[in-house]
Amino acid sequence: MIIELPLPDTSIMARRDQIVTALVAIAGREAVISDDDGRRAFETDAMTSYRRMPLAVVLPTSTEGVANVVRYCNANGFKVVARGAGTSLCGGALPGEDTIVVGVSRMSRVLDVDYANRSIRVQTGITNLAITAAVSSDGFFYAPDPSSQLACTLAGNLAMNSGGAHCLKYGVTTNNVLGLRVVLMTGEIVDIGGDYVDAAGYDLLSLMVGSEGQLGIITEATVRILKSAEGARPMLLGFDTNEAAAQCVAGIIASGIIPVAMEFMDRPAIEVCEAFAKAGYPLDVEALLIIEVEGSEAEIGERLSQIREIAKPFRPSTMTISQDAAQSARIWKGRKSAFGALGRIADYYCMDGTIPLSRLPETLTAISRICTGYGLRVANIFHAGDGNLHPLIMFDANDPASEERAERAGMDILTLCVEVGGCLTGEHGVGIEKRDLMHVQFTAVDLAQQMRIKSVFDPGWLLNPAKVFPLDVRDGFEPSATAISAIRRAAA
Amino acid sequence: MPDIYKPRDETELATTVAGLAARKVATEIQGAGSKRGIGRPCEAGAIIETSALTGLTLYEPTELVMSARAGTPLVEIEGTLAERGQMLAFEPTDLGPVSGGPGGAQTIGGVFATGASGPRRITGGSARDHILGVRAVNGRGEAFKSGGRVLKNVTGYDVGRSLVGSWGTLAVLTEVTFKVMPLAERTETLIWPGLTEELAVEAMCAALGTPFEVSGTVHLSAALTPRLELKSVAREAAPVTAIRIENFASAIDYRSKRIAEALKIYGQPQVLDNDASLKFWSEIRRLSVFARVPTETQQVGSAKQVWRISTSPSKAAAVMSAIRRNTEAEACLDASGGVIWLEVPASADAGAADIRRILSGYGGHATLISAGRDVRQAVEVFHPMSEVVERLSTGLKDAFDPERILNPGRMYATL
Repeated sequence: MIIELPLPDTSIMARRDQIVTALVAIAGREAVISDDDGRRAFETDAMTSYRRMPLAVVLPTSTEGVANVVRYCNANGFKVVARGAGTSLCGGALPGEDTIVVGVSRMSRVLDVDYANRSIRVQTGITNLAITAAVSSDGFFYAPDPSSQLACTLAGNLAMNSGGAHCLKYGVTTNNVLGLRVVLMTGEIVDIGGDYVDAAGYDLLSLMVGSEGQLGIITEATVRILKSAEGARPMLLGFDTNEAAAQCVAGIIASGIIPVAMEFMDRPAIEVCEAFAKAGYPLDVEALLIIEVEGSEAEIGERLSQIREIAKPFRPSTMTISQDAAQSARIWKGRKSAFGALGRIADYYCMDGTIPLSRLPETLTAISRICTGYGLRVANIFHAGDGNLHPLIMFDANDPASEERAERAGMDILTLCVEVGGCLTGEHGVGIEKRDLMHVQFTAVDLAQQMRIKSVFDPGWLLNPAKVFPLDVRDGFEPSATAISAIRRAAA
Repeated sequence: MPDIYKPRDETELATTVAGLAARKVATEIQGAGSKRGIGRPCEAGAIIETSALTGLTLYEPTELVMSARAGTPLVEIEGTLAERGQMLAFEPTDLGPVSGGPGGAQTIGGVFATGASGPRRITGGSARDHILGVRAVNGRGEAFKSGGRVLKNVTGYDVGRSLVGSWGTLAVLTEVTFKVMPLAERTETLIWPGLTEELAVEAMCAALGTPFEVSGTVHLSAALTPRLELKSVAREAAPVTAIRIENFASAIDYRSKRIAEALKIYGQPQVLDNDASLKFWSEIRRLSVFARVPTETQQVGSAKQVWRISTSPSKAAAVMSAIRRNTEAEACLDASGGVIWLEVPASADAGAADIRRILSGYGGHATLISAGRDVRQAVEVFHPMSEVVERLSTGLKDAFDPERILNPGRMYATL
């Protein structure tokens, strides 16, 4: 474990009983989790190698409930970590031992469905998939679809600006949000945007979405819903080289076709997924593309024929068009179960860089070299249309040295992504995982501009501390303990 | 007379801004100046023009990405994209002519700084949805970047996107990187004449509730239709409701037929073919029916004022009928009514108090797009903010521009 976590404030930890009593008085006994077993469920997220037992957990059932807890924490200078389902892969929901977790998981109601305006208003503790489930019987869906969509909450999706496999056509979370209700660290409740296409004044929505829970706690949101296409069908294209697969993707985009999904898997990923899901993937190829198009039967047929013609010069060794719904389901099951399938054979560390598509072949070669250098194996899954790469670095969790090598390989890979013109994270977020790599992508001035924004919304830097910004650039931005006491006195 | 600066690169711009900040000189930021007539009048001691910051710096058609220096004219960008069969999917609206400025002049920096977005925003997203990265100089004279050149990027706060629509009050954009999309092979438009606003909104919302990827929905009130340059529609002399579909040529007939079926209770539509469609939507993009410069075919004087209202589409008809209780009003309901371009007879406050009182009951906001300097001095051009949003916004202003030299007061007196 190579990421530094700040030492907790022991004076706050010493007052735990008193703080829990106060939280119970504010939020009610049933909303506060203070016993060890209960708290343990909140000590980590999907980046499970880092764990810290939180001081207490509060699960309010209303926006006002969140506001009351946060106002109390602000007045006393207590740090707060907002939490959805805790599925963050970058430690975005990792608490500290002097930190109070405020979870929105008991706020999961659909508040209003508006088909005429194609929007839905929900509490943010709703899971991503439940949004679609609320409207699917009427033929609508919510577009962003992170792999964890069965479990992850909209709150977390908003915090991380989550993507998914269908972003090329439908955009990411920020492109699908119309309005937010936010609890600021002061306990004030503010509405940003609404049920109309753009908010007045500065685009505060764009700052809230993707701010990793550091600017406020989002408790309600109005998001777009879309009418589902008449139909969709995937095809499989297998290639002998990564270059050929990448060129084929470029050729499809150049032709003017925007497939709803273009997923790329390298040989190790294909083998693992096929063994698990029996999806019908070819095992004699270096690279596999799953390309899905939407429309009427006739349109789908025509578009897939076009794609076949575009692919031919790149000599695909396999071109399989799904023949029926069952085959389509198998093809997607293979891809969507990749993480679970890999988990059966090894522990793995899932990375999330983005690169320009044109640099794919050399990047994959370099990733392979980096992992080999650390004595590790890697499988690659890639949202090819938008350049979002997910190398899965395999290691042995029972061997701390192996785990540390995986972390170091991951950091080298993300640095490489920036060097080839991409970025550290495409959809998972910075959290603690990439915090110390922010220097690689940003200058001190770039980071200072972001940190000044942090201070506007949360002057005491109490929300989701120790994330996003490297610890060594915070001087002059994150207030010292003395300054926090002064803020606390002013608030009181 | 204000001093005029035309920095040749980002470093020179940064030095210039730092010098102006040290002297606390209120500075107007200008691209082509086509939208100078919008916003609160700003008494500037200096003008920074981006006219020397031009040129494409990246174009990868197969990655759907382009970068350009901020002063690059939009026409140049759209020309280069069209050569490769691509476009800006948010089809930037041209607010020049409606606000008394030149048409076709705006720069790409101006497009993003003002968030200028056309009819395709209803499904394709607006300017803020297409920005991928920026380079900019803040009011301290520091050059910074945000985002990048890849389509998916959540590294750090989304600062670049937050600059879209900030009207040069936070930072001077020097380079923007944005997503581009393929041009459709064919465009077709279905036109229903004679629908009331209420029925038109219902029809447009219904069209967007089909799976046929409608990419534009607009309704013009009766007095506006004859002002169209496109004669085949102008001669309707009635309100018209237009629904656009864009796709591969082979998909158009089917989709057009299915939409007409789904909307058959509104009558049989006329069909505009590809060429006529492109002309029609180009007029919507440049708001030709509100252009203040009279031509042979148009007699639209400056005795009118134009607002842009953002509300929920299905409330648009009710908003319009409430507005009409006190004044004459013509409207172009874009985005199914979600964006109302409203023309009212000129008055000292442009009807601001009334319009905003009505909107407070429905939700949404109103921006004064076209009015004389004295009117823009007297009323809030941009919609008043709630107390908390105002505190956050002034905080952001200070975070970028602590001396408050960049377009001070252009959006709000306090910013």
